[in-house]
Amino acid sequence: MVQAQRLFFALLAGALFGLGLSIAQMIDPAKVVNFLNIFQQWDPSLGFVMAGALAVNAIATPLILKRERPIFADMFKVPAKTEIDVKIVGGGILFGIGWGLAGYCPGPMLTSLSFISSELLYVIAAYVVGTFATKWVLARIDSAQKIKHATDEACVG
Amino acid sequence: MEIINFTPLSATIGGAVIGLSAAVLLLVKGRIAGISGIAGGVIYPEKDDMTWRIVFIAGLVLGGFIYQWISGDSTQGLFKGVAHIQSVVGTPLLIAGGLLVGIGTTIGTGCTSGHGICGLARKSPRSLAATISFMASGMVTVFIVRQLMGA
Repeated sequence: MVQAQRLFFALLAGALFGLGLSIAQMIDPAKVVNFLNIFQQWDPSLGFVMAGALAVNAIATPLILKRERPIFADMFKVPAKTEIDVKIVGGGILFGIGWGLAGYCPGPMLTSLSFISSELLYVIAAYVVGTFATKWVLARIDSAQKIKHATDEACVG
Repeated sequence: MEIINFTPLSATIGGAVIGLSAAVLLLVKGRIAGISGIAGGVIYPEKDDMTWRIVFIAGLVLGGFIYQWISGDSTQGLFKGVAHIQSVVGTPLLIAGGLLVGIGTTIGTGCTSGHGICGLARKSPRSLAATISFMASGMVTVFIVRQLMGA
């Protein structure tokens, strides 16, 4: 029963997200690219989407995090890291280039499956490949480092 | 610089609905509404809880359907349908764009939603750094593609 309720709210949250992106017209890549086209013809709308979302979240998030735990989970899974590293900046730069090229970030990409076109299939397929390949490589690097770590510790011991 | 196609009302209302979605997910599931993170866990399956991720993504698509259903034949206002939407570049750039979005959001652990909305709402310095990085590089990319290459 709890599982069913959990999934209902996951569906509700997803639907609200997709509806919000659609109302904000962020599913239109032309609007996204025009926001990034700040040096010539600029459409500031995307900034207002972020401001609207932030206004709700800046109030709601601290109130929610005051609770001991979420309604249907044991604990909040909020990133604890605070340090800025090469990965966060480098990843952001790569993502921004892709975002500027096609005008799609992951949310609008997936929401646009509701009116799928052959063009969208190319973007999504490429996104899936890019994500999978990167996760695969990162996992390999991660496990290689763990092995090296273990070897180092063994030497110390 | 010239301001074009500015839609502050639909942008702010749509943004608030997105914010509400993120609040629901945090309150109920204790998770951050970062789309690349949620989708990433499906594309490269992690050990636990696949189902809610798939259901959330199905919800995204459902939200898009609801929008089109409410829009009906309308082409203006808050619900103006999707008939006017088309991709802005050809297939090679769509593929390059999709690849880079996948690579970049995985390395940078987040996208516009996770860093730009949820992260900034938590005043995370990492998310601020990420948001500045992808905004700046997106703007430079569009500048190069639009102005210098004339695409």
